[in-house]
Amino acid sequence: MAKKKEDVVDTAKAVTNKVVKAVKEKVAQVTNDDVTKEAVEAVKDATEKVAKAVKQAVETMTEDYVTAKIPEGPLADKWNNYKAHQKLVNPANKRRLDVIVVGTGLAGASAAASLGELGFNVLNFCIQDSPRRAHSIAAQGGINAAKNYQNDGDSVYRLFYDTIKGGDYRAREANVYRLAEVSNSIIDQCVAQGVPFAREYGGLLDNRSFGGAQVSRTFYAKGQTGQQLLLGAYSALSRQIHKGTVKMYTRYEMLDVVVVDGRARGIITRNLVTGKIERFFAHAVVVGTGGYGNTFFLSTNAMASNGSAAVQMYKKGAYFANPCFAQIHPTCIPVHGEFQSKLTLMSESLRNDGRIWVPKKKEDAEAIRAGKKKPTEIPDEDRDFYLERRYPAFGNLVPRDVASRAAKERCDAGFGVNNTGLAVYLDFKYAIERLGRDVVEARYGNLFQMYDKIVDENPYETPMMIFPAIHYTMGGIWVDYELQTSVKGLFCIGEANFSDHGANRLGASALMQGLADGYFVLPYTIQNYLADQIQVPRMSTELKEFVEAEKAINDKIDKLMSIQGTRSVDSIHRELGLVMWDFVGMARTAEGLRTALKRILEVKKIFWTEVFIPGSRNDLNVELEKALRLADFLEIGELMARDGLNREESCGGHFREEYQTPEGEALRQDDKFSYVSCWKYQGEGQEPKLLKEKLEYEFVARQTRNYKA
Amino acid sequence: MEKTINIKVRVWRQAGPKAKGAFETYELNNVSIDSSFLEMLDVLNEQLIHERKEPIVFDHDCREGICGMCSLYINGHPHGPDSSVTTCQLHMRKFKDGETITVEPWRSHAFPVIKDLMVDRRAYDKIMQAGGYVSVNTGGVPDANAIPISKLKADEAMDAASCIGCGACAAACKNGSAMLFVAAKVSQLALLPQGQVEGAARAKAMLSKMDELGFGNCTNTGACAAECPKNISLSHIARLNREYICAKFKD
Ligand SMILES: Cc1cc2nc3c(=O)[nH]c(=O)nc-3n(C[C@H](O)[C@H](O)[C@H](O)COP(=O)(O)OP(=O)(O)OC[C@H]3O[C@@H](n4cnc5c(N)ncnc54)[C@H](O)[C@@H]3O)c2cc1C
Ligand code: SF4
Ligand code: FES
Repeated sequence: MAKKKEDVVDTAKAVTNKVVKAVKEKVAQVTNDDVTKEAVEAVKDATEKVAKAVKQAVETMTEDYVTAKIPEGPLADKWNNYKAHQKLVNPANKRRLDVIVVGTGLAGASAAASLGELGFNVLNFCIQDSPRRAHSIAAQGGINAAKNYQNDGDSVYRLFYDTIKGGDYRAREANVYRLAEVSNSIIDQCVAQGVPFAREYGGLLDNRSFGGAQVSRTFYAKGQTGQQLLLGAYSALSRQIHKGTVKMYTRYEMLDVVVVDGRARGIITRNLVTGKIERFFAHAVVVGTGGYGNTFFLSTNAMASNGSAAVQMYKKGAYFANPCFAQIHPTCIPVHGEFQSKLTLMSESLRNDGRIWVPKKKEDAEAIRAGKKKPTEIPDEDRDFYLERRYPAFGNLVPRDVASRAAKERCDAGFGVNNTGLAVYLDFKYAIERLGRDVVEARYGNLFQMYDKIVDENPYETPMMIFPAIHYTMGGIWVDYELQTSVKGLFCIGEANFSDHGANRLGASALMQGLADGYFVLPYTIQNYLADQIQVPRMSTELKEFVEAEKAINDKIDKLMSIQGTRSVDSIHRELGLVMWDFVGMARTAEGLRTALKRILEVKKIFWTEVFIPGSRNDLNVELEKALRLADFLEIGELMARDGLNREESCGGHFREEYQTPEGEALRQDDKFSYVSCWKYQGEGQEPKLLKEKLEYEFVARQTRNYKA
Repeated sequence: MEKTINIKVRVWRQAGPKAKGAFETYELNNVSIDSSFLEMLDVLNEQLIHERKEPIVFDHDCREGICGMCSLYINGHPHGPDSSVTTCQLHMRKFKDGETITVEPWRSHAFPVIKDLMVDRRAYDKIMQAGGYVSVNTGGVPDANAIPISKLKADEAMDAASCIGCGACAAACKNGSAMLFVAAKVSQLALLPQGQVEGAARAKAMLSKMDELGFGNCTNTGACAAECPKNISLSHIARLNREYICAKFKD
């Protein structure tokens, strides 16, 4: 089938191309006076538009292609054009429209607050006891914006371009441009809320360069930028809760989305304190539940971070896009024991002044691993500063994916340190010599203290040890230009959606995207959907769709509770994590991914037959919460492996060993994989169907990323 | 080789908000001193699950000292014996082999126990809702650099803003006062021009909410700041008092 549809598309394309060519040829023969010239131009223009429309129409009709509803016009005008022509909701009607927002991270909190301010009736949910504790709070480094306050050549276009390039040409141009465009408003908004960004002595905002950017466009609040931005959004949210426009439900977990006549109309939740299952109606549902990095068990994500809402949406018809695009962060504290529950990120800013190395000689590495030698005993000439060696132009500041793989390469080759051999050094000796201890302390003091508390070693005296860890998921629920999923009335924002970062996210851009979505994009685009929904009266949650959704959840919970096996949820989750890390981690192969698919199925079977959940379902039950999340991580693990297997190329965070240059760099296959993989659920036990959103680059030329020269 | 210790953990167990609680003591052997306190509890819970018992319920999320979700009174101190850290950042190397460690929930009138070591801290959110914000809507605000702010003031505001809302201050206070928490927010916003406009009204609204919710009065014992994992300084309480007097004066 699929093959046939592709043929149809190809034929349609060929025909239109022929027409365009014929017109062009005719045009070339026409006489050259001004009037004809103008007419000819108009004809040319029109034919090109027709050609594009035909192409898009055919692609949509064939169903194997997905289109994103990108507005017409030059890149820089698209968002303005959209806003100028979108439908708005009459102010008097807003309070009669209910919007559910799930999540209170940067994306969810900013969206709920902004929708409340506009006058919608908002219901907001989160897992934690307070909206202020969402995982966004943990972000350290900073947030990007194209303010160009430093006058170092930044611009909206440059931020757009860097993001597209950083994403290895797998992101949608129009979305990324809009992101760069609204970035400046975010900083203005946060300052107005009282976010205490770092400042210079003159009283103006300070910036730093982050994650290999060649301009200083990152705004920061000490090493606690995520915290301060989230507290800003939380304060705006608190104000709306006080006003009564937002009703807040804490310690509530969404367990399903309810779809009525093809439109999202509500959610089913579990009250985590009482265990009670409840139903909620809304005219539209917005999901901002964060990323699914915890599929790997060990990650830098918070303990409750999960991918369940994404799986629920996927099973109700929303496409899961690019699941295999996950980011491995190069500077995390290495794993140090079996009891380990999570991995701690050391801010990327450390790479601005720290130098990364491993011993040049294998015997030195072996001696260090055996505890017979100290890193400080290795002389400079026996240290291999492998990033500086391989990437002279960017050195220690190469993008995250490149730095992570290079560390893995050295450790695999036998040069790793720590007793596990799975660590490299990040050394501040040179920075201290160059800048003095005081300056280093002022810049990184709190991070050094954190490292010392965890590892019990003093980074001023001995190099830090770091190793890559799963950190962020670029993949997620597919959304169109309006942030709407493939289910009408269901929107997805923040890390939970797939948009904007392509195959790799740049540092300090997730905070920007979450707040862009919540403050400045969704509050517009959702109105285009809601404008005619005022005619839909509030629905009863006794409708069969609600009742059935709740029953399915009850059945699932009963099933889990009744297994009464011998394995704890965590022990099974760890097993999944190991499979993911070994086969769906930093370097993937077709064979490994096939093994992963097989192994994940085995773990899934263990889970559904051997898990033990103590306690009752009608009570606070943490093991049950974790089990419900693990059931979904198992589905995501499978999707990640399947997507990785399909994508026969290396790009960004997705590295397939079969596709690399002789120097070991990622090799994209633009002719075959310049698309977003959109996985469509086909039912339990069925293989999902792959749909594609073609990525056209109209405004930038694709290049091979080069950080060597 | 990994260094380990054997310990006894004396834990408060309470089945629900209205149930009567009691201490239970568990033995735990071969605890790696490199593990964090919460990882030790994970291991203990794993052991309990193995014995087909209900694991101990405690709040936690980021495990990096920033979300404010973890709590726990450990050997009589909120967030344990180590200074300037949250419970999740506390490591087992701070304890001795053979030690009995007592673990309790926050004990505060305004933070009722939900189950075991988990308490209800929504009262802090309610105080914030009463006025812990600058009243601006999304959009239509001036350029971020329109008003210069001295670095000194900005840094001090940042120090106040470091509060993670954990509740240790109220739990440590013999009066059960939330003064340090309230002061941190009032002070942060009072230091910035954006927050000054509503400064007096904010102080008044947040303090009266605090009273209404059953938190006690501040008698300047300083226990809060001594136990605060983020070193929020008592000077912020002084600034709050100034704002409050100013508000009274305007009345
Ligand atoms: C350690 C660390 C440091 C980082 N540093 C940076 C940085 O410096 N700069 C940067 O740009 N990015 C950084 N990131 C990435 C960035 O923090 C995240 O991508 C971003 O904060 C995600 O925001 P979010 O709003 O999408 O989701 P989250 O903040 O993860 O919020 C998810 C919300 O959804 C709720 N939720 C989840 N599931 C459910 C459910 N089923 N029912 C109800 N509620 C649910 C949660 O309770 C929570 O409120 C960092 C990430 C980590 C882990
Ligand atoms: S002031 Fe300190 S102790 Fe009180 S809530 Fe804030 S961080 Fe916790
Ligand atoms: S778990 Fe987040 S502060 Fe301790």
